[in-house]
Amino acid sequence: MIDISGVSYAIGKAQILKDVSLHIPCGQITALIGPNGAGKSTLLNLMSGQEPLQTGTVSVDALHIGQTRPRDLALKMAVVAQHVGVASRLRVRDLISFGRWPHNQGRPTAADHTMIAQALDRFDLNALADRFLDEVSGGQRQRAFVAMAYAQDTDWLLLDEPLNNLDLRHASRLMAELHRLAREQDKSIVIVLHDLNYAVAWADHVVAMKNGALAFEGATQKVTNAENLSALYDTDVRLVQTEDEVFVAHHR
Amino acid sequence: MLRTRPYLLTGLALLILSGVSIFIGVGQLSLGTVWHDPAALQLLWISRIPRTLAALLVGSSIAVAGVIMQLLVRNRFVEPGTTGTSEAAMLGLLAVTILAPGWPIMAKMIVAACASLIGIAGFFALIRKLPPDQPLMIPLVGLIYGGILGAAATFIAFQADLIQYLGVWMSGEFSGVLAGRYELLWLAGGLAVLAYLAADQFTVAGLGQKASLSLGLRYGQVLTLGVVTVALVSSLVIVTVGILPFIGLVVPNIVSRLMGDNLRQTLPVVAGMGAGFVLLSDIIGRVARYPYEIPAGTVFGVLGAVVFLWLLLRKPHA
Repeated sequence: MIDISGVSYAIGKAQILKDVSLHIPCGQITALIGPNGAGKSTLLNLMSGQEPLQTGTVSVDALHIGQTRPRDLALKMAVVAQHVGVASRLRVRDLISFGRWPHNQGRPTAADHTMIAQALDRFDLNALADRFLDEVSGGQRQRAFVAMAYAQDTDWLLLDEPLNNLDLRHASRLMAELHRLAREQDKSIVIVLHDLNYAVAWADHVVAMKNGALAFEGATQKVTNAENLSALYDTDVRLVQTEDEVFVAHHR
Repeated sequence: MLRTRPYLLTGLALLILSGVSIFIGVGQLSLGTVWHDPAALQLLWISRIPRTLAALLVGSSIAVAGVIMQLLVRNRFVEPGTTGTSEAAMLGLLAVTILAPGWPIMAKMIVAACASLIGIAGFFALIRKLPPDQPLMIPLVGLIYGGILGAAATFIAFQADLIQYLGVWMSGEFSGVLAGRYELLWLAGGLAVLAYLAADQFTVAGLGQKASLSLGLRYGQVLTLGVVTVALVSSLVIVTVGILPFIGLVVPNIVSRLMGDNLRQTLPVVAGMGAGFVLLSDIIGRVARYPYEIPAGTVFGVLGAVVFLWLLLRKPHA
């Protein structure tokens, strides 16, 4: 469980987060939703220790963010950041193999190689394994970074808008893959999503942020109703129920 | 997949260049006579071999310093010579030459290294606020920063009547290299080897501070290690042979184009190619106006510019 308690964050005079407290459950997919500038990415960065906490505390299982050695934290959670601009020219396979860094510190074992091969398979990257990161498309690079986080093989996986740049097939495949990881390997996944259809279809738990504060949270089926979502985005949002699926309609 | 060809090619080129370097010069030396001519043997041990070794050590260590700097700054267009590091080292050298001229060379070197460390720290502080989506801002700021430090050095040298010293430090050349006067460079070579031990750390750091943090890398430590290595190598080279510009810029870019940025694989090639280019420049400098010499730094200024242009303009292969 991730336990966030009394977290506020300001950049200069701009208050990005205002006294946020919440729990994120284990072994499930939690979607972090909300309008632009709601503080979703900041919250994710604070959870993963990538930004130093200003006020409040965050703990992941038993580890307190800010008091845990970077390596121990890296064995507990993997992070896929937004806008993964890279200056360095690494091959896709090399990038993924650095996901094993917290485990092997650069001395890969047979188990590491198995994990890397698995990551290449699962995220459909075998054909690209020997290409340089600056010679593949944005979506392919995005998948390489997700595969790297997968290879890190941690209990927690935090992803900031991983569907950016992905085509339909790879977006739904990625969500299915994350779903499988949560079900089969009991991984806990926190994912910032903009497309509510993906959130409704795949997330077990939803945390909605607005203006730096928690708007609502809870099990997806309970909290994602037209009323909550319309208020969250200040836009008319309808839920359309078909035989076996729910659609979020907001584009007209 | 291990690609052995670049290593073999680099090794072979270095062997040939070293052979050529040993047997070229004003003094006569040939493979047939060297073994029973004591004068030739002396020439070999006192001048030719030290000179060749000095060029190899300088070339490899400044190419390694260049690639480390590029990964840490996350910018392809920087090297110690274009970001004020060398100028800061010169300021330190000037200060110690004026204030404590009697100090041994090692002490002067340490002062120069401290000054260049301060210089790098200043550069890092300057570029922190630059927008990350404008990669050309960083080298431009570096050039201006270096220009200001260089102007300060020129002014002080002019006031203290030390312009000649400055000239010696500014143009890297190997004609003064004799046994007993280049051995500090072994330290630079040793630093390059140490950097290889941390090759993976530097590669991860090159992914950026956040990415390396999420992999559990102690980013601050790696940054410090890299910055200290760059400062020490720059000052060691300036103290012994003078500034050799562009090696640290051109060589890592060539290797990155061809092999990528995974330092564990590329660092030996970076070091080898740097050594080869410097040695080649020194050989050309020795024969182009025989029996006079052109500084290796000047030769590489021309050579490196041509190679770099070819690199920028050629079509990327799919």
